[in-house]
Amino acid sequence: MLLDELVVDTDSFTARTGWTLKPEGACKGEVCVPLPDSARPDSGHVDVRVVADRLGMPLVHDAAHSLWALGPESSVTGRALSTAVAPELVLPDIDGNPFALSSLRGQKVLLVAWASW
Amino acid sequence: MWQELRTELHPRGLEIVTVALDVDPEQARPFIEPVGATHPSLVDRTHLLDERFGVVNVPNGVWIDENGVIVRPVEPAHPGRNPVTDSFRSIDITTLPPEVAEVLVEARKIRTEPDLYVAMLRDWVERGAASPYALTPDEVVRRSRPRDVARARAAAHFELGEHLHRAGEHDAAIPHWRAAHRDDPDNWTYKRNAWNFEDPGRQGHTDAYDSSWYEDVKALGAENYYPPIEP
Repeated sequence: MLLDELVVDTDSFTARTGWTLKPEGACKGEVCVPLPDSARPDSGHVDVRVVADRLGMPLVHDAAHSLWALGPESSVTGRALSTAVAPELVLPDIDGNPFALSSLRGQKVLLVAWASW
Repeated sequence: MWQELRTELHPRGLEIVTVALDVDPEQARPFIEPVGATHPSLVDRTHLLDERFGVVNVPNGVWIDENGVIVRPVEPAHPGRNPVTDSFRSIDITTLPPEVAEVLVEARKIRTEPDLYVAMLRDWVERGAASPYALTPDEVVRRSRPRDVARARAAAHFELGEHLHRAGEHDAAIPHWRAAHRDDPDNWTYKRNAWNFEDPGRQGHTDAYDSSWYEDVKALGAENYYPPIEP
C-alpha cells in the first residue's frame, strides 16, 4: 500500500490491505490481532505504524519521493495466507473496468496468474 | 490457453479468472484481445496476487470454493496445452545464435504437470469438498508460501518501483526493484518483470540488475523452476 502520510483513512486501509479494524483488533477472515488504543487516533483513521508493528508489515520509505509503501503481514501465521478465507480482490480488466472476485460467490473459482513476459 | 477448460467446466460450476501480472497492461493486450475470453481477464500491475495469495511465478493458480474459501493455495497451474512451450520442442537449436540457444536449452528442461493439474481440477469441479484435492483451511494456510519480513518488504519495494515507473521515473524504480530481488530472491514475478524492461523477451544480464533469467535458472536447476505439485 502506497502512503504519503502514516495516519490514513480506515476504509482505504481496509480496501488495500484486506485488514478490517474491529473492536477486537485488526481482523482478516476469522483471524483477529488485538491492537493498542494508539492504533486508532479517532474512529475514522488508523496509525499505520502501530498496525504495521503488530502485524509484521514492513514500512519502506522513499525519502526522495516523500512516499512510504506498506508491505503485507508477515508475523500472523508467518505465511502468505493468514486465513483460508479468500481476501477481497478488485482488479481492472484490460479496458480499466473494475472486477471484484467476491462477485463470483456461489461458483467455484480458479484464479490464474500469468504474464506477457 | 484457459478458454478451452473454461468452456468445458463452466457449465459444471467453475469460473476461471485470469490475471496478467504486467506492469504495462498494453503488453498483455495482444494476448487478451484475440482470445475473446468469456471469463474475467484482469490486470494486476502492482502484483497484488503476490501479496494477497503468495504468487511467485507464472502460471500459478489458486482454488476458491463457492463460499469464498481457498481450498488450494498457490501452486504451478498449467492448462492441458501450452502453444508457447510446445513450440520450444520443435525449434532446431543449431539454427539459433548461441546466446539464444543456451536459454532455449534450459527452457526445455523445465518440468510441468498439466495432466495432473487438469485431472485434479476436473475432480474438484465434479466432487467439490469430497475431492481429495480440496484441502482443509488449516492445510491451505500451512501449504501457503512462508513469508518473513524480508519477503513482505520485497512487496513494498516492488509497489514503490511500479508507482515510480508508471509516473515516468523508470530509473528511480530500478533501486526498488533491485531491493525486491534482494529481499525475495525466489520470487520470479518481481525479477522477470524488471529484467524484461531492460532486455525484452530474453531477460538477459544488464547493468540494471545483478542477475538474469538464464543465470538464475542455471543456478536453481531448470527442473526445479516449478516445484512439483503436492496432490
